[in-house]
Amino acid sequence: MHFEFEIEAGDFSKLGFASSQLKTILKQLLGDHKVIRRVVVALYESEVNVVAHAYSGKVIIDINTEKIEIEIDDKGPGIEDIQLAMEEGYSTASEKVREMGFGAGMGLANIKNNSDEFYISSEVGVGTNLKIIAYLK
Amino acid sequence: MKVSDIINSLDLELLCGQSGIENEITGGYVSDLLSDVMGNAKEGQVWITLQTHKNVMAIASLKDLAAVILVKGFNPDEDTVKQSNQEGVPILRAKENTFEIAGKLFQLL
Repeated sequence: MHFEFEIEAGDFSKLGFASSQLKTILKQLLGDHKVIRRVVVALYESEVNVVAHAYSGKVIIDINTEKIEIEIDDKGPGIEDIQLAMEEGYSTASEKVREMGFGAGMGLANIKNNSDEFYISSEVGVGTNLKIIAYLK
Repeated sequence: MKVSDIINSLDLELLCGQSGIENEITGGYVSDLLSDVMGNAKEGQVWITLQTHKNVMAIASLKDLAAVILVKGFNPDEDTVKQSNQEGVPILRAKENTFEIAGKLFQLL
């Protein structure tokens, strides 16, 4: 199964749409499976990053009997130092974003911890691409 | 223990999400950092916070939390109320600050 969602950057009122849709889809497919909460958390955090940092973004989800594969591709400022961005507590979020309780520098670490495989690539001035894979086992 | 039990025992005000008052409570979590809750809260916990915007409900729902307690008499935003009702995750209002209400909930659980 294949799904695609657009993410509107800068709009916190629509944040979580893709992850909420994914949760509904997976509950219908898998019932009460422990993989659901993990991938939903990973996708939600990815949505936060796009809304808080990028100009626009796209989520591409592929589900088969073996695994769930999620790609989040954004057009945005990109990440200069990925290793630093992965460190818990490091954040470049704005004051406004922090006031809402985001921007604590835990997002990428949360995504990695909730994936079986996690890939990140980024080009400064172009955008960032995440791949999240979770196995159903 | 159910959400309806802590409403009575802690004298909380049920603001919205009535359909979830029979949710079973497994514990509590205190944080105003949404990523912290996303990463560390567990299914069935009651989340104590001062954040009132809609993303609180998105997280509470995605994590299958039992209920949200807003501290110091805070009011949830209008779209927060709407989502609480849609998702059936109750928002309960406490008069106390976070320290006091967390202490009482801890004692109770």
